[in-house]
Amino acid sequence: MHLVDAPTPPVSHSGEARTAPPALDVVPVRHVGRWIASGVLLIVVAMFLHTLFSHIPRNGNPHDSRFEWNVVGHYLFQWSIVHGAIVTLEITAISMAAGVLLGIVLASMRLSANRQLRWVSWSYLWFFRGTPVYVQLIFWSNLAWIYPRLSVGVPFGPSFWSMDTNSLITNLFLVAVIGLSLNEAAYMAEIVRAGIIAVDHGQSEAAQALGMRRVQTLVRIVLPQAMRVIVPPTGNETISMLKTTSLVGAALGGGGELYRAVQNIYDLNYLIPPLLIVGCLWYLAMTSVLSIGQFYIERYYGRGIGVGPAPLTLSQTIRRSLRRTQRPPMPGAPS
Amino acid sequence: MSEPMVRAENVHKSFGHLEVLKGIDLEVRAGEVACLLGPSGSGKSTFLRCINHLEKITAGRLSVDGELVGYEERRGRLYELTEHRVCAKRAEIGMVFQRFNLFPHLTVLDNVLIGPRTVKKDRSAATVDRARALLDRVGLAAKESVYPGQLSGGQQQRVAIARALCMEPKLMLFDEPTSALDPELVGEVLDVMRQLAADGMTMVVVTHEIGFAREVGDTAYFMDGGVILESGDPRQVLVQPTHPRLQDFLSKVL
Repeated sequence: MHLVDAPTPPVSHSGEARTAPPALDVVPVRHVGRWIASGVLLIVVAMFLHTLFSHIPRNGNPHDSRFEWNVVGHYLFQWSIVHGAIVTLEITAISMAAGVLLGIVLASMRLSANRQLRWVSWSYLWFFRGTPVYVQLIFWSNLAWIYPRLSVGVPFGPSFWSMDTNSLITNLFLVAVIGLSLNEAAYMAEIVRAGIIAVDHGQSEAAQALGMRRVQTLVRIVLPQAMRVIVPPTGNETISMLKTTSLVGAALGGGGELYRAVQNIYDLNYLIPPLLIVGCLWYLAMTSVLSIGQFYIERYYGRGIGVGPAPLTLSQTIRRSLRRTQRPPMPGAPS
Repeated sequence: MSEPMVRAENVHKSFGHLEVLKGIDLEVRAGEVACLLGPSGSGKSTFLRCINHLEKITAGRLSVDGELVGYEERRGRLYELTEHRVCAKRAEIGMVFQRFNLFPHLTVLDNVLIGPRTVKKDRSAATVDRARALLDRVGLAAKESVYPGQLSGGQQQRVAIARALCMEPKLMLFDEPTSALDPELVGEVLDVMRQLAADGMTMVVVTHEIGFAREVGDTAYFMDGGVILESGDPRQVLVQPTHPRLQDFLSKVL
């Protein structure tokens, strides 16, 4: 049964766009809760800021700077600290580069059709993700206890060349880089694998249909697209690595990185909190620079993907906002 | 008469226990346009993918231009071809996919050029000119430096055709090239294919476009359940079908 028995009569439309009526004039809702929350937070922040520059009686001085900024300033650019920061950057850069390369190899093995390769890769991940990096670092520094000599030769047969393991692992910088990059490779392998399987299978099919070989397909088609997924967590890993280098000093009792340099000073003068602040300021400065680098790398690998234009760089943002302040748009002008 | 471009004899294909192709016989001569029609799940796309060895057949014989696909026969035994030789064969066969599968991280021109550049190691200026000419031929000369994501579906599919043609294939495979397109955009892709057929390209086309098959096809094959039920001149088979399954199919799609 039809509720409406007469068909809708045809209506003719002009089909032309019309000018809009004046924009809606609306009284917005008041958010009382937000105002209260902002007020409370503001008070807490103000109290903290106040402590930054307040004084307390300490060390026989009735007006000692609570944070001892004078000590922070004195040590911030001391050569031993700056040198420690440089070593930290070196360990981070070398370990990440080696970790990424080995990670790509492990991820390819994990996705291989060869069962043995998959199994070896899986076991590697199982071991290195399943044990603390701190313990691994100490383990590598004791390698000579298990393998006193390292040699190259016929498997189970004579060796052509060999060296004393101790001569290798007394170089703590080397032990740090070996330990951190082997550990990092396990995490990078999973990140790379996630990136590879995130790329639509149709992409490698189209590449194969053109006649590309498997390696060409991986390098030219799949990895460049996987980078979009790989880069953000790799940025995380790099920042994490930069901070993990502080374990090197603790685990190996040397290595010359930033935290060890800080520790060397406060072991002598007991000014622990201000020296920790010195270290944190350096770590913050270095991770901030890394975050900026990550933004540009993500922007590069995001090209051709996504709906909108690429995110603005800092200089573009500044230029755009300058333009806006110079020429305010006319009210009612089309945006 | 020389060897046919594609020859299939009793081709079977199974995925585990699921038999998708149950004995396909067909021959496509050089310059012929063969259209494969049928309901989804009938095995037509699987058969197309067997022709360039994206799928391996499980029984029968399938050859392109007189050579077995993916295998070599010596003293009565089949030997699997190395990856190198499989790729060399694929490079002679162009393929166009339902979902375009353009490379989103490359510009339109680089999409068209990546085949010659990586597979043939051809970085000559003449090839760049040929790529530009192909983009011009599909009506997209102005879009060469744009990324695929900024193009409409019809434009993307025309780039995909140009990408396949830039490898100078002797055979083109089309896997439902207009099925993912808005109705308004189907025509522009079919126009390009019509032109390609008129230029004498050998084409195997899996399609639901009955009108295109009738107008451009030299032979139509109707598949259902992994076998060919009826084949012949599309102007006859698709106008006065004899098999009741094809009559039923046509009454639903037309």
